Amino acid sequence: MAKTVKAIVIAGNGTNCEREVAHACHLAGADADIVHIAELLAGRVNLNDYHFLNLAGGFLDGDDLGSAKAGANRLLHAKVVGHAESLAGQLHEFIAAGKLVMGVCNGFQLLVKMGLLPAIDQDFQQTCTLTNNDQGRFENRWSWLKVDPESPCIYTRGLNGLYLPVRHGEGKFVTDSPKTLQQLEDLHLTVLKYADRDLHPTMEFPDNPNGSQASIAGICDPTGRLFGLMPHPEAYIHRTHHPRWTRETLPEEGMGLLLYRNAVNFIRKEL
Amino acid sequence: MAWRIVVGLKIGVKDARGVRIQRELKEHLQIDLPAVRTLDVYTVDAVLSDAEVEQVAAGPFSDPVIQEYAINQPLASSFDMLIEVGFRPGVTDNPGRTAREAIQYLTGRPFADGEAVYTSTQYLFSGLTDKVIAEKIAADFLANGLIQHWTILSADELDPQGGVPVTVPKVMSDTAPTVRSLSLELTDQELLDISRLGMLALNLDEMHKIKRHIADPQVVAERQKVGLGSELTDVELETLAQTWSEHCKHKIFSAKIEYEDEHGNQQVIDSLFKTYIVGATDKVRENLGKNDYCLSVFKDNAGVIEFNADWSIVFKVETHNSPSALDPYGGALTGIVGVNRDGVGTGMGARLIFNTDVFCFASPFLEKELPPRLLHPRRIFEGVVEGVEHGGNKSGIPTINGSIVFDERFAGKPLVYCGTAALMPRLLHEKPCHEKKVLVGDHIVMTGGRIGKDGIHGATFSSEELHEGSPVTAVQIGDPITQRKMFDFLLIARDRGLYNSITDNGAGGLSSSVGEMAEDTGGLELHLDRAPLKYPGLQPWEILISEAQERMTLAVPKEKLDEFITLATEMDVEATDLGNFTDSGYFHCLYEGETVSYLSMDFVHEGVPQMVIPAKWEPKELSEPDFAQPEDLATELKQLLSRLNICSKESVVRRYDHEVQAGTVIKPLTGVTNDGPSDAAVYRPLLDSFAGVVVSHGICPNYSDIDTYHMMACAIDEGLRNYVAVGGDIDHVAGLDNFCWCDPVESEKTPDGKYKAAQLVRANQALYNYCVAYGVPLISGKDSMKNDYQIGGTKISIPPTVLFSVIGKIADARKAISMDVKQAGDLVYLLGATTDELGGSEYYAQQGELGSRVPQVDAEQALLRYRTLNQAQKQGLVASCHDLSDGGLGVALAESAFSGGYGIQVELSYLDAEESLREDKLLFSESQSRLLVTIHPEHKESFEKLFARQSCRCLGQVVDQANLIINGLHGQNLIHVSLDDLKQAWQAPLREM
Repeated sequence: MAKTVKAIVIAGNGTNCEREVAHACHLAGADADIVHIAELLAGRVNLNDYHFLNLAGGFLDGDDLGSAKAGANRLLHAKVVGHAESLAGQLHEFIAAGKLVMGVCNGFQLLVKMGLLPAIDQDFQQTCTLTNNDQGRFENRWSWLKVDPESPCIYTRGLNGLYLPVRHGEGKFVTDSPKTLQQLEDLHLTVLKYADRDLHPTMEFPDNPNGSQASIAGICDPTGRLFGLMPHPEAYIHRTHHPRWTRETLPEEGMGLLLYRNAVNFIRKEL
Repeated sequence: MAWRIVVGLKIGVKDARGVRIQRELKEHLQIDLPAVRTLDVYTVDAVLSDAEVEQVAAGPFSDPVIQEYAINQPLASSFDMLIEVGFRPGVTDNPGRTAREAIQYLTGRPFADGEAVYTSTQYLFSGLTDKVIAEKIAADFLANGLIQHWTILSADELDPQGGVPVTVPKVMSDTAPTVRSLSLELTDQELLDISRLGMLALNLDEMHKIKRHIADPQVVAERQKVGLGSELTDVELETLAQTWSEHCKHKIFSAKIEYEDEHGNQQVIDSLFKTYIVGATDKVRENLGKNDYCLSVFKDNAGVIEFNADWSIVFKVETHNSPSALDPYGGALTGIVGVNRDGVGTGMGARLIFNTDVFCFASPFLEKELPPRLLHPRRIFEGVVEGVEHGGNKSGIPTINGSIVFDERFAGKPLVYCGTAALMPRLLHEKPCHEKKVLVGDHIVMTGGRIGKDGIHGATFSSEELHEGSPVTAVQIGDPITQRKMFDFLLIARDRGLYNSITDNGAGGLSSSVGEMAEDTGGLELHLDRAPLKYPGLQPWEILISEAQERMTLAVPKEKLDEFITLATEMDVEATDLGNFTDSGYFHCLYEGETVSYLSMDFVHEGVPQMVIPAKWEPKELSEPDFAQPEDLATELKQLLSRLNICSKESVVRRYDHEVQAGTVIKPLTGVTNDGPSDAAVYRPLLDSFAGVVVSHGICPNYSDIDTYHMMACAIDEGLRNYVAVGGDIDHVAGLDNFCWCDPVESEKTPDGKYKAAQLVRANQALYNYCVAYGVPLISGKDSMKNDYQIGGTKISIPPTVLFSVIGKIADARKAISMDVKQAGDLVYLLGATTDELGGSEYYAQQGELGSRVPQVDAEQALLRYRTLNQAQKQGLVASCHDLSDGGLGVALAESAFSGGYGIQVELSYLDAEESLREDKLLFSESQSRLLVTIHPEHKESFEKLFARQSCRCLGQVVDQANLIINGLHGQNLIHVSLDDLKQAWQAPLREM
């Protein structure tokens, strides 16, 4: 009897992808709860009762102050009813316990703008950001992604490349300095890079849909347990999600599901 | 005092917004500038300490990695001209609202009444010194004077200390709430003046009806008991004007129409709606008998049909034309979030699963001089697309089906159709979820946004009265996030059984929503002073009819009220108890305890007199054009592919999230490079099931210039054709009609009213005949009947246009079919005969001709064909399937080929067509009900067996070389062109939009 893996997906304030993320967690073998942020702020649900935190895609507060900016501000400052600590406190406790966090799209933007990724020095200061696509437009298209096999990222273990949809207007990854970028590369934290069909990282539009520095599509923290990416793994869990499923022979299970399986297996073994 | 926080990008960070504006100025206004940069400005009108402002600027308002900020001093430098654009007072400012919330989280202090944050944008131009050009850029490109104001400063005018002078666009109003009452003992002219000046749109009959009612001694006696008398209050007059408006009562569709056909036969039609629309659905449901899958038709905000044993599908399509003409962005955004409320407000509530959108514009490349007050079609295009993008994407609803139709007459009024589908359980707490009933004593609870002067009297062209300091009443801007939060809350409240009924606040605001719900109980008591306001100074009548967005009205039983309000508050949603539903028989409104409206429910809802409209059908004298077959048909084909009505809309489609919720199985773009045009969308609403919803549409206003009867028939067939092409089940399908007409009521302004009314009658007759013939029930719909532009001598009327939307199911989405050819060697079939039907076609339009032989639909043969195609699809015989529409066979062959990345070779001599028909006509005829199908050779026998005794011809096959090869009637080569050329021609026109 495998141990129960408990995944939580936070909903509310403009989060949109909670249902399909929860479904992916479920297919990967986890018990997944969709929890509205009001439940957390009311103190009825505690993050630390879970192993796997999912920050799903969406438009927190409409991205009105820049993607996920207002959302990050809420998580940093909102108090939990009847508790001394803020929600941010709970989150740091969760991370300190070595548990897993995956942020997709708006969730990735949230992690970066809260300083939780890449957190190279573990001081949780923001050193990177995700900003307007070079085209200045929202784009929905599928992208090839090169996986760094030497990355500590636990989610991409055993993977070489991925094919997933991007759906964002603010996905251009930028660091605060060349030094930060160099550290990210040296530590192999740049888990995913936009690539051409042959999986060579590229700066060319549309294979690189937003002009990200060093073609970066996703990064993890030095532990490999915190992971954020702009493409949507939960949007490719079955072959009928693939844009060419009517003309190609594809495995029944979509590539995106592998990331969730890796997370669940890791938790079963290590947590 | 107000703080000004200016946020800009650090040196060296690409300003994508600025670059885009620079590019568009060059392309659209031919103004070529070396650089354009942008800054965000937050004007914070609240009491904060210096430290707090610093913290706010450094925290939520700016991004330390790429941005810098300045407080109460300019950030702008090295520019020649500055334009700052901000909102006028009272206009919805979503970033301002979010900024306010962010500050409250940071300080832990709520804002005081009147405190607020206002956002604006600064544009910095290099190489621009001429103020006149700057003014043009602001007025014609950056801003919309209806909702925004701007400041223009040259570099030397900018105060180096203070920066741009602070403007706080706060709504100023010192008018105390008052209720005027007026006597209607007036002359006809005076009555009409009241209607016109008050923008009430009540005609003389209606004013007389009200006058007689209010003079009735019994009525007066009843009114005296509550402190009113023989005079009408402004609240009452506005209530009647709203409830009796064309928009709410559909007076033209309910009118008595005196119709005379081309043979002089006369006929009186008592309500087009009842006779043809409800009539068709009744007949179809009768024919379906025990297989009837309709659950709720016409009576609710949207229609409901069965999906499977546990779930039902909700579908509605709305138009938002006039608001989009005024403010394309706000109008379209409000259109989509507005129709979303229809979906959620149906039955006991539903979860939204996808949106659809169809636009009708004039060419964005139009070079003509436009009459006053009309925005250039390019601005309409840009604004509408962005509005629907924000409305759909931010709400987390995929936009999976749509199209754009171009005709120069849509410069007079663009058409913006927004559709939405939702999913609801068949049963909720053991009761059908698609039904609801208000009980006497239930509380009237309003949730979501607050009430402002938004949308009072709807969006009319009367907005010249707008001036600084007066809130915009013509235009509204939607707030997807406030609405999303409300929807999250409502679904939980529904599942906890916290209310008895729900509806949305749209046209007419509370007066309509509460009024309609109160028909269940026969009365209401509404306390207008309890309604939460965006700002003070609203009159009681304004509170009642305001169309401020993001609001739903619910009937909450007394014992659930506390639980309902508590849940709302916890989920950061405003919910307010405004009174009760009663059985008093009266529409009873109070303000601070005083009765301000006391009208009998019967009079409000049944009182409106029926219009009588004359209609006379006289077919136009039209003839077929006389021109020789062009030498070079390959060039004709490429030109067709480049026509706006046919070319790729990829640049628009990619801006819509069409995959959120992970249900989209057949996406809008398909094929070997994900850029071919799908005929319809297939969507899995339940992640653990393969049952699919199929959605498509038909629209062909170009045929209206010949005969609206066949326009309607073709729209229905096109919708169903697209639907079956992807595998939609023709025996489980519903239709939804959206009429957009030019004013069909004869008057001085509309001398040709009789003809336009006859066009309307004929379209309705076709709607009835074809829906019954196809067995397709209509489940909901809407009409917009005043799509004309008239200022001074200029009048532009849109072509009569009906969007026919189709929704249904496919048992197993894994059996869905896409339109791209799949592999070399596959056989290419054409289902359906080709005849000389090019009247109103794209090919004739390309020759500058209209023609007379408009396509006609044979429903009986088409239905058999569609059923047989369903069988072939179920048996897995079909590799690809594409419908033939604009541009006929030639265009369909090209699209299927370049989408699949393989060539096609066909023989025109194999077509099922009249001997005499010319090759160009065979290629470009728009004969209906035809489909292009490819199959693997091993399925030849079983496929042909299925279609034995039907029009089904093998024209050729899919080939390895990437060319389209079409041979003529004598075997000679007619067209031999590379797929790259064809695709390039098809993609080029709107690629940069």
